[in-house]
Amino acid sequence: MGTGPLLLLASLEGLVMAAVLALAAVGLSLTFGVMRVVNVAHGEFYMLGAVLAWAVAQFVPSAPMGFVAALIFAPLAVGALAWLTDTALLKRLNYNPESTIVATIGLSYLLQQGALSFFGPDARAVQAPFELRLQFPWFGYSGYKLFVIAAALAVLAAVWWILSRSRAGLVMRATQVDRNTARAFGINVDRVYAGTFALGAGLAALAAVLIVPISQAHYLMGHDPLLLSFIVVIIGGLGSLRGTLIAALIIGLSDGILSMLYPPTLAKILATLVVALVLVFRPQGLFGAKA
Amino acid sequence: MRPALLHIGVLAALVAAGFLLPAYQHGMLARILVMAVFAMGYNLAFGYTGLLSLGHALHFCAGMMATGLAMRHGLAAGPALILGLAAGTATAMLTGLLALRTAGVSFMIVTLMFAQAFHLTLLYYGGFTGGDEGFPLPSAARRLFGLDLTQAGPRYAVALALFAAGLLAQWALVRSRFGRSMIAMRENEERSRMLGYNPFTTKLAALALSGLYSGAAGAAYGLLFGYVGASFGTSQYSILPLLYVLLGGAGTTLGPLLGAGLMAWLIDAASSLTDSPLAVIGITLIVLVLFAPKGILGTLREKGLKWLP
Repeated sequence: MGTGPLLLLASLEGLVMAAVLALAAVGLSLTFGVMRVVNVAHGEFYMLGAVLAWAVAQFVPSAPMGFVAALIFAPLAVGALAWLTDTALLKRLNYNPESTIVATIGLSYLLQQGALSFFGPDARAVQAPFELRLQFPWFGYSGYKLFVIAAALAVLAAVWWILSRSRAGLVMRATQVDRNTARAFGINVDRVYAGTFALGAGLAALAAVLIVPISQAHYLMGHDPLLLSFIVVIIGGLGSLRGTLIAALIIGLSDGILSMLYPPTLAKILATLVVALVLVFRPQGLFGAKA
Repeated sequence: MRPALLHIGVLAALVAAGFLLPAYQHGMLARILVMAVFAMGYNLAFGYTGLLSLGHALHFCAGMMATGLAMRHGLAAGPALILGLAAGTATAMLTGLLALRTAGVSFMIVTLMFAQAFHLTLLYYGGFTGGDEGFPLPSAARRLFGLDLTQAGPRYAVALALFAAGLLAQWALVRSRFGRSMIAMRENEERSRMLGYNPFTTKLAALALSGLYSGAAGAAYGLLFGYVGASFGTSQYSILPLLYVLLGGAGTTLGPLLGAGLMAWLIDAASSLTDSPLAVIGITLIVLVLFAPKGILGTLREKGLKWLP
């Protein structure tokens, strides 16, 4: 394969990565933006999505139906768990930023152990809903991966529409700007917070269901997405959705292309250092507005 | 008077435990003492100065790696230990210079990322550092002041000596002028700035001391238990000292020891129910932030034992 086709392949892989990453990162960014909560258990919600997808697929005999059932059920179940976490845990901590980080660290350990106990230490695959191979002149490419990109784009568009056009989005934005004034206007802030947390977790779970036919479900799979989501959210500017989307695209693409050329560990080292330095020298992120 | 008696009493009890306990608890207690030194270092930053770092595994592992690598290349245990202390202090100062430009949540994430980058770097140069598998220290080299550290007795003695030195130094420090300026940073940074203290240098010095303790604990851990590896640089080793300090009581001199001891006992007791400590750690963290954010000694101090140091 020449350089051109190789670059095309790397870009396609990068786009798949960027699509999934954008979903997970938008979830993290939403919870931080609206609630000012840094959810360390976000990676574990992602992992739960994948594990539940596998569990659901075991119950449904035919492959496409199993996948569709997982696509609906897993995000809902994870969202419900997140709703419960919010009311039972985060609300009682008054959303204090430091306490919630410690609490979500505890939660992530608990979820990891739960997955290990009930799901086991092995990686398990979920069958893709359809087998389709697109033949380019230089290589064949999985049609399912292109579907992942399209599905992620559709979900992101829906999220964008909810936030900017619907009444629910208006209420969320009002709560983000000033929760006391929002309460004074009769908005049920508790419900907005629980809903936002559930939506954020559900998006992570959805991303995981999409990726699970490509890379298998495993109880430790939450680590990398958590780190990458952090990187995306911080570089895009904490709480800025537009910045998060741009950053997800840049980081997903560059990760896809760079990991073909360099060892992945080196790329991760550089990425973590960049995040630390961005937070130190440009806390509003590369695309965020000045606070 | 009462605080002095309490500290002397605790140290005396630990000396007595060294003679009385059977072999298994003996080794466990030595491990607890070393981890308590790590937690004391963490307490200086978090408990007294109010700096919630999520990256102390970096200083612990840097101390351990510096000592381990130096010994692997032929340096004697004594100088290698000094090198470990220096590594812990230096990494804390270097990362502190950058991280202290941020505060609160950003500070937590920045320290987490630095520790992550350090851990990944250790893995990347796995050929030199041994990577996640690590490497054992040669038994012949593990001698300090003529004591053979592969034996249980001398090992406990060295762990206790390190802990005693750390505890007394911490006690003197938090009673000193500088210690009170650290607490002032935690309580009200703006007011202490107005009174003429420099928050940046005070916090940097507190972090450096914290790194010194962490590096010492890491170096001692490698030296005493004969094993060094990058697995001690994972984020779990940043969470553990936080957990110990939260459990025992942040900003109390004996909280780190109490937290480390209690947690070791909890994990040991729960090992019949679950084969991994993760769930125990997770539940303890959640219960603590929900119901006892001041920890055991902090709550006792609030409930009447005002003299508690």
